[in-house]
Amino acid sequence: MALWCVREVRNDLGRFGPVVLFGFSLLILLLTISDPANALPAFARKYGMPCSSCHEAWPKLSPFGQQFKDNGYQMGNDRDAPIFQSPAYWPVTFRITPYWSRESTNKAQVDTSAGAGAGEAQITTHGFSWSGLDFHTAGTLAKNVSFYVLPSSDETGAFHFESVWARLDNIGGSSWANVKMGKFELDNLLSEKRILTLSGVGGTYYNYHFQPFSQPGVAENYAFGIGDNQVGLEWLGHSKNDRTRVSASLLTSSDGSPDVPGGSTYDAFLAASHAFEVGSLGLQRVGAFAYFGQAPTYFRNNLTTSTVVGTDINNNPVTSTTTAGLAGTGAGNKNFQRYGLIGMWYIKKYNLTTIYFHGSDSAWLGSNTPATSGAVLPAGAQSPKWNGGLFESNYDWSPQLILVNRYEMVRMSQQAFSSNPGNLGNLDTLTFGFRYYPFISSRAGFAYHAEYGIIWQKGASPVTFSNLTTSSLLFGLDFDF
Amino acid sequence: MRNLKKYCLNFAVALILPAGAFGQQAADQAAAKPNPHMESHIGNLTGHSEAGAQLYYRYCWGCHGARGNGDGDNAPYVTPQPRNFMQATFKCRSTPTGTLPLDSDLYNTLIRGFNFTNMPSWAALTAQQRADLVAFIKTFSARWVSEKPGTPIEVPTEPKLTVESIKHGGELFQKLECWKCHGQEGRGDGPSASTLTDSNDQPIRPYNFTTDNRSKCGRTNQDLYRIFMTGLDGTPMPSFADVVKPEDAWDLVHYLRTLQYNNKSPELALWESTPDGKAVIAAKKVENTNTGSGVKP
Repeated sequence: MALWCVREVRNDLGRFGPVVLFGFSLLILLLTISDPANALPAFARKYGMPCSSCHEAWPKLSPFGQQFKDNGYQMGNDRDAPIFQSPAYWPVTFRITPYWSRESTNKAQVDTSAGAGAGEAQITTHGFSWSGLDFHTAGTLAKNVSFYVLPSSDETGAFHFESVWARLDNIGGSSWANVKMGKFELDNLLSEKRILTLSGVGGTYYNYHFQPFSQPGVAENYAFGIGDNQVGLEWLGHSKNDRTRVSASLLTSSDGSPDVPGGSTYDAFLAASHAFEVGSLGLQRVGAFAYFGQAPTYFRNNLTTSTVVGTDINNNPVTSTTTAGLAGTGAGNKNFQRYGLIGMWYIKKYNLTTIYFHGSDSAWLGSNTPATSGAVLPAGAQSPKWNGGLFESNYDWSPQLILVNRYEMVRMSQQAFSSNPGNLGNLDTLTFGFRYYPFISSRAGFAYHAEYGIIWQKGASPVTFSNLTTSSLLFGLDFDF
Repeated sequence: MRNLKKYCLNFAVALILPAGAFGQQAADQAAAKPNPHMESHIGNLTGHSEAGAQLYYRYCWGCHGARGNGDGDNAPYVTPQPRNFMQATFKCRSTPTGTLPLDSDLYNTLIRGFNFTNMPSWAALTAQQRADLVAFIKTFSARWVSEKPGTPIEVPTEPKLTVESIKHGGELFQKLECWKCHGQEGRGDGPSASTLTDSNDQPIRPYNFTTDNRSKCGRTNQDLYRIFMTGLDGTPMPSFADVVKPEDAWDLVHYLRTLQYNNKSPELALWESTPDGKAVIAAKKVENTNTGSGVKP
């Protein structure tokens, strides 16, 4: 008994040590008075397992968690169907993050004596705020029928559906036959929805969303991100132990928007990976993915709508009219592609994820040129192409503390117009931080979060098209329940 | 922090309580103390408890508890109760009843998990991680210091499947009174079923053969044979090694497969091909009820 006590005391002190070193003393004070909550979040409530079982550091999945997810949120121990749960069980978890942050950009657009928005200035702000709110509800409707619905709000409380899908799992008893329909995250091995960094700069994978400038100060008209949840149908197959995974998706060309905002066209996403064990180092995984998309360059029909925006002094309605392309009549579709190779390398407690990206857009999309009948490309227009790299390293000090570091780069290899500067849009971004989980329970999740991120992008300033630098510093209390 | 307080409180209680309160087992263990530095050996793998400790803290302690005595935060909500590693009593072994299992027995349990319990399969972990966990599990009990694992029982070659073998197995099922717990039709509803408890006085349910083809300790005929001969320590399921000959045990295996009438096994197919067997199976299927929940009763 004495041996045990001494051992555990030593372990606990060992977990506190690194945090003290980080000087996060205010939050440590909070740590000493915090206590686990007693209510029951979704999967932990169902299976009674600590967050750390399925999450290397939540929200990032561990291989065990990935297998659980791929198996349709089922452990396979015959306790998966809702019939085994208390009738009162409802699989809901919410997540939100109050935080303090400092945001700085060296060239924000400002009014000057030359006119409205005619100048640039360094702007730095700081203060307390909070993130959007996620309401996750997910699980099994019956054995081998799973679902996920995620109403998500921004910090103002404006909600949208981030995910809405149902899935038939293990069709015919085969782990190679799983079909999902709805709005879902693409089968990205490095999940942006489970990103470990939260700040304005670090809270996104830039390679997942990169689109080149058409010209200095002019963005492409279409919007797409491989990190955006998409709408469609996904088939996913995996080996029983999840070492081999293959998926293919057929998607509406809408970048995840509901209905058919563009044209009635479809995209495709393919992903495959295989994991292998290397002695005591851990599980290594290599894979590849490809997205083949298309986007309209113009609308066949427009629609003008009038909206009452107020009343005048005589109490007569004041209307605002807007003319926009009629949803669903997008035409002149042109292609874009994204490819990538991914490696997830584990060296005991240290792991490194490496991704190589390649992207290209049609010259029509790159030059924002409507591909109407008989149209020709403007002089100098060409297909923009680029390469990117991502290196994310995590150090799992313990199940309670993870150190995070990420570097991303994007390099244009061909601009949308030959007259553009060769490095227009090139970016580099660096993010590092840590998350400390003062308790690990099967009831709730809580993390002290600290992070700094900075991004440098060539020619991206809004007025002078010079180099733009933006940084974020964030301390937060990230929790779900 | 909360766990830290709990450990220290437990430590204080342990100092205050008279030694007799722990019973004979504690007295026996006083001679040897658990070794915090253990290894496991599974094939070419060597597991280390130091590495296993972090894995245990990540994956296992929520049910099995920080001290391995099955008192994790989730334990009150789990049926059956999580294993108490301090007792070093394990159901699934290749070794005789009352002896410690081989490292490979524990390792295989981690791969397999236990259906009808909260214990999932940990096949997603690496082989090394599982070996490390096995080594760490061995740090909880002094038995791993004072005893060696038992000698694995021999599983002889399975004899040819015959109708006579199945019929003889059925006779043994009656003679050995397996039906008292498992029920005449293998539904786990025998007359003694509701009274059974495990070694911790927790209620325990006999295996229902009609639900699946997986028993707790594996799904092959060899696994079933091994269960007869080793027993499931800590449960009312005894070892029959001293009362059942190997050839009889195989007959019993063949018969039990015919109780799993939702599992298309060679034994079931052969049994259904006989007039007697066909009538029995048909009757069982009629008796079955479908809950409509996707979960077999």
